[in-house]
Amino acid sequence: MRPETWVRPTPSGLFVEPGGFYIDPSSPVDRAVVTHGHSDHARGGNRRVLATAETLAIMERRIGADAVGSTQALSYGETVEVNGVRVALAPAGHILGSAQVVLEWRGSRVVVSGDYKRRRDPTCPPFEPIKCDVLVTEATFALPVFCHPDDKEEVARLLRSMAVFPDRTHLVGVYALGKCQRLIRLLREAGYDRPIYLHGALIGLCDLYRERGVDLGELAPATEAPPGMFAGALVLAPPSSLGDRWSRRMADPVLSFASGWMRIKQRAKQRGVELPLVISDHADWNELTRTLDEVGAPEVWVTHGREDALVHHATGRGIRARALSLLGFEEEGS
Amino acid sequence: MKAFSRLLAGLLYTPARNSKLRLLRAYLAETPDPDRGYALAALTGTLAFAEAKPAAVREVARRRVDPVLFDLSYDYVGDLAETVALIWPTSGGMRDLRLGEVVDTLTLAARAKVPELLEGWLDRLDAEARWALIKLLTGGLRVGVSERLAKAALAEHGKVELAQVEEIWHGLDPPYRTLFDWLDRKAPPPQIDAGRLFRPLMLAHAIEEHELFALDPRDFRAEWKWDGIRVQIVSGPNGTRLFSRGGEEVGTAFPDLVERMAFPGVVDGELLVRRGEGVAPFNDLQQRLNRKKASARHIVDYPAFVRVYDLLFEGEEDLRHLGFDARRARLETWVGKTGLATGVIDLSPLVPFADWEELGRHRLSAGALNAEGLMLKRADSPYVSGRPKGFWFKWKRAADTIDAVLMYAQRGHGKRSSFYSDYTFGLWTEPGGELVPVGKAYFGFTDAELAELDKWVRNHTVDRFGPVRQVEAGLVLEIAFDSAQRSTRHKSGVALRFPRVARIRWDKPAGEADVLETLVKRIPA
Repeated sequence: MRPETWVRPTPSGLFVEPGGFYIDPSSPVDRAVVTHGHSDHARGGNRRVLATAETLAIMERRIGADAVGSTQALSYGETVEVNGVRVALAPAGHILGSAQVVLEWRGSRVVVSGDYKRRRDPTCPPFEPIKCDVLVTEATFALPVFCHPDDKEEVARLLRSMAVFPDRTHLVGVYALGKCQRLIRLLREAGYDRPIYLHGALIGLCDLYRERGVDLGELAPATEAPPGMFAGALVLAPPSSLGDRWSRRMADPVLSFASGWMRIKQRAKQRGVELPLVISDHADWNELTRTLDEVGAPEVWVTHGREDALVHHATGRGIRARALSLLGFEEEGS
Repeated sequence: MKAFSRLLAGLLYTPARNSKLRLLRAYLAETPDPDRGYALAALTGTLAFAEAKPAAVREVARRRVDPVLFDLSYDYVGDLAETVALIWPTSGGMRDLRLGEVVDTLTLAARAKVPELLEGWLDRLDAEARWALIKLLTGGLRVGVSERLAKAALAEHGKVELAQVEEIWHGLDPPYRTLFDWLDRKAPPPQIDAGRLFRPLMLAHAIEEHELFALDPRDFRAEWKWDGIRVQIVSGPNGTRLFSRGGEEVGTAFPDLVERMAFPGVVDGELLVRRGEGVAPFNDLQQRLNRKKASARHIVDYPAFVRVYDLLFEGEEDLRHLGFDARRARLETWVGKTGLATGVIDLSPLVPFADWEELGRHRLSAGALNAEGLMLKRADSPYVSGRPKGFWFKWKRAADTIDAVLMYAQRGHGKRSSFYSDYTFGLWTEPGGELVPVGKAYFGFTDAELAELDKWVRNHTVDRFGPVRQVEAGLVLEIAFDSAQRSTRHKSGVALRFPRVARIRWDKPAGEADVLETLVKRIPA
């Protein structure tokens, strides 16, 4: 069967017609398969949801069990059949619980990558390339200017800056889910063992990671500590709080932001970031193109991000490629 | 190039002046000659490579990477140096490149060889250093370093006075070896050709009435504060140069002046445009300043001249140590003998007065003369560069004000980065009509008022665009400004000079703020 006859984009998201389910739907549907817990992929109001146990736990924490609907957990590698479509989840390496969706129907296989990256992440298992007939890939950083550096070097730069400015607070903007916990793990691996202070919006998800066996070391809420305590401290906060009233109690803070967007100097400058850290949970250009080679799909559909460049690249390599215009995906978790 | 790229990135990300100074000082201390000199030249915009234009850099990149991907990337990133640095296909970083090597090689290279050289360098450097290299070659670094800041860093590096650096700066060329030898205590101060040198200007402090009235009027002389641009004419055997107040040469835009000035000496005055018997509004001068080269039409339509008020050198003789009265006497004789004969120089008259009240009455007529107010100069003050205390004062005419409505607020920088401190304000098209933005104000309020404004902005936001918030039309700001001008760039058709917040009118309903017409009427004809 030609894949576009049974998997197609709709205003509510990618629809698997014979299975009667949507992947990461942007509006409430009867049946949803959710790749990971970021809010633009995991929305509430669906009747039934299939995802990894970790993703379901994240959704319950963020939007409440009632809003999630009735759930079915699937482990990596396990397969279920939904109305004759075989569905399996494979690690995507993006955040805790993140998965690719592997779909098989009448002898053809479509893999929906969801958001993914190829480099090591101490908080989740690595991406597994899977041979398929169609790869539906993300394209957040699909321009050859995005070549993320080694995250160890970025963490080392943060630690060096803390050594150079021992009296200043280092205030690092991180996405609440994924980036926050990965950065903390990377810091612990680099030998940083002092308490790390957290903005209130980050605490719930850090607790969840810990419950799932990710050791984050000593964490403390930044909200209750007296202002003087932050001299020389490391404080993590959601990016939106960086330039906000909340940060006024910090001691002459060094504003930092951990994101793949920090690769572009003007982006960092515009946000008033003094110490940009290029740490991303998305595949960079080389990872995206390498993945196309490894899965060997003769056809590629490109979803959210910079579709033009990846379509151009794939076409040049003899792959049939097109952009799917899916609505509703933002830059959270980049 | 590694050290230079670290410096540039640091300067780019650091808004605070003191932190920038620290970065510059560290770089000057750790970097050998001639690299640090070339870096300094690049930062102050005095290094230019005619053969390495942005278009050439772009072509080199488009040959090495897929041009479609390059164009998509350039569209996205928006900065050529950064795009090329990031997209370049080699990882590089094996062998660093000295700034001196780049400059020396390019100086000797034939134009046709430049792309090949550039390609080799880009291959050899890592992404950060590639970015710095392209910035160096194409100029326009935009990392927030003024010439004055660079000079301040030099002075701190050599533990000398800023004025000492300023005095010789304009006579030096990159890579400034003689300057660094002096600052590093290896040689005496550099000897420079006085005939072509800009002398840093003496500047005035603003003064308010109550401060003025405490001074003895007999100690002071008064002149009009003309609303043009301050210039220094330096003329000698090697020709004539016209410098702006920052030491930039502006002579090419005013060939009609430069070609008629040939006298040995250094004169301080105001560049103005004549209209009939009087002085034209600033806008006429702006027409000339907007062009790098003057057209014949502009020279006729906007006749420029210099109204002089101080004589720093007559021939070789340095007069700066003399008191104001003594210099003034020499100036008047010089204008009568030499200045007037040029046809493009006249004398800024003294404004006679017996007491401050009388001078205050003169001040009221400043607007009619297209003057910004009055200058007060101590009769015995020597000519000292910089802004020395107690010698010169500017007593501006009372500012004009309008009641405008706050429309947008943007977060500030540095210690203001968590406050909405940059305010765009507008006026009504007609009573009950729409608001049109007329300007932006950043200062004029106290820290306590800033906190209040910030709170108001946060509680009355109706929309957000990145760092900018649009607010309800609900707060009136009394805006003071020096003058209003016609503008084709602003939707309202008006631009304000030096707008600032004079008062926050918490009491005034927004509907009662001024209409645009009120402001348009204040534009001088």
